[in-house]
Amino acid sequence: MANRINREQVQHVAGLAKLEFTDAELDAFTPQLDDIIGMFETLSEVDTDGVDVTSNVSDQLNVMREDVADNWGQSAALLKNAPDAARGFIKVPAIIDESEDN
Amino acid sequence: MNFETTIGLEVHIELKTHSKIFSPSPVAYGADPNANTNVIDWGYPGVLPTTNKGVVADGIIAALALHATVEKHTHFDRKNYFYPDNPKAYQITQSDKPIGHDGWVEIDVDGVKKKIGIAEMHIEEDAGKNTHERDYSYVDLNRQGTPLIEIVSKPDIASPAEAYAYLEALRQRIQFTGISDVKMEEGSMRVDVNISVRPVGQEKFGTKTELKNLNSFNYVQRGLEYEEQRQQQVLMSGGAVQQETRRFDEKTGETILMRVKAGADDYRYFPEPDLPALNISDDWIKELGDAMPEMPTKRRERYVNDLGLTDYDAMVITQTKEMSDFFDATVALKADPKMAANYLQGDVNAYLNEKQVDLQATKLTPANLAGMINLISDGTISSKMAKKVFKAITDGEEPKAYVEAHGLVQLSDPAKLQPIIDDVLSANPQSIEDFNNGKKRAVGFLVGQIMKQTHGQANPQVVNKLLMTALQQ
Repeated sequence: MANRINREQVQHVAGLAKLEFTDAELDAFTPQLDDIIGMFETLSEVDTDGVDVTSNVSDQLNVMREDVADNWGQSAALLKNAPDAARGFIKVPAIIDESEDN
Repeated sequence: MNFETTIGLEVHIELKTHSKIFSPSPVAYGADPNANTNVIDWGYPGVLPTTNKGVVADGIIAALALHATVEKHTHFDRKNYFYPDNPKAYQITQSDKPIGHDGWVEIDVDGVKKKIGIAEMHIEEDAGKNTHERDYSYVDLNRQGTPLIEIVSKPDIASPAEAYAYLEALRQRIQFTGISDVKMEEGSMRVDVNISVRPVGQEKFGTKTELKNLNSFNYVQRGLEYEEQRQQQVLMSGGAVQQETRRFDEKTGETILMRVKAGADDYRYFPEPDLPALNISDDWIKELGDAMPEMPTKRRERYVNDLGLTDYDAMVITQTKEMSDFFDATVALKADPKMAANYLQGDVNAYLNEKQVDLQATKLTPANLAGMINLISDGTISSKMAKKVFKAITDGEEPKAYVEAHGLVQLSDPAKLQPIIDDVLSANPQSIEDFNNGKKRAVGFLVGQIMKQTHGQANPQVVNKLLMTALQQ
């Protein structure tokens, strides 16, 4: 194993995704993630000297729509798909408020 | 030990577009929960966002209003985090190519002018809203996708008073562009602050704390004042400031520890693959810039230099674009600028406060205010009579017609006033004697009698002049 990523980093990334893994799972996932990173590393073999940094692989540019409101009336159907709903809200297990700052 | 303070402000401004930033769902308040949402807002698999041109335009306008450089090759980025108000598990925002950078606003604290730098501003989507009850939380995604502009200051703000002035300058300039209501009480302007102190001469910034729950400019200033003192005391007693988030308590004016921040946030930004990049043309920037209304600083200069208002008057009149536009229109109709400013700050503001409405929601018009002021200026009515006329114009009445219909015409003709004055004088020989004995108060009594005889319609200036002439003969 090339040790591109360690157990603690896998645990940290899992924590960001609100996932909890057992020791056995961490043992299994760490080398797997290491392999995945290794696969992506082949990209760095490509010579990119003189190539501009890109943020998007599509050749489209300036795709915008006019600021016109259109309510598709989907809320009832969407709420039916929610695991639970009440009074028009999506009902979820109690969460402590740690709202992000955007 | 002397300290210097460094304050950073992140201001979120909600834009007044018709539709959301990446979906056509309406941006509107007071709708039923989730009524203004569609599959894009819910982050369903397979959906694609499309950029709202109006939001990009507003971003350019904000950049121009804040003297920033518009980024011509801009794109969106993903900021990853998991929370129920964020259905995609990422927010589409801008990280490495924000729409504007390196701007500034000028502030004035106790007559000292200073430029506060703006590092960058970017456009992004807002999250939904959670309501917490005992065992469950409830999610409303109506706000999800509402367009925001986040404006990040440079570390130029050196005191809580400067922070207040910066917010006020920012609010005014944005308000004048019309892209947002910028009202903290309605959530269309939200402020996050951080503050650190360091001994004077120390090069490295001190450890900063973040403050939450600052729901007005006043609370921002008070929270920062408290935190500035607290950090200084920690350092003076040999302690170290912890990197933490603290909550401002409105009742006590203190800040309370919420949580200790462990390391930097780990948002794993990367370029948004679902949205093509944007190339903003010079023509578009020019078109938007040309259509922008005159900014409050320019208007204040004009009011002071051309119209003779005081700095204070000019500042109050430029609190909102609506007030300033109303003033300009009133003065354009030949109303005396000083009187127009006084009426707007006095009677009009009192009326707005009493009714709890904005100027544009009233029946007041520049034409009627100017009409009333002109009736005062040409002596047709007294400022006392104007109280009644003012009430009438708040009901949308035309001042001249109202004055005529109610006989509110000031008696200024000396030929008509002289006989009344003569009558009052011959009926009050004691007052004349008192006056001749140096009792100036006698004049007031005589004026009162004349006003009584004319049912309050006599022009006080003319009465005074005629009366003094008569008494001194």
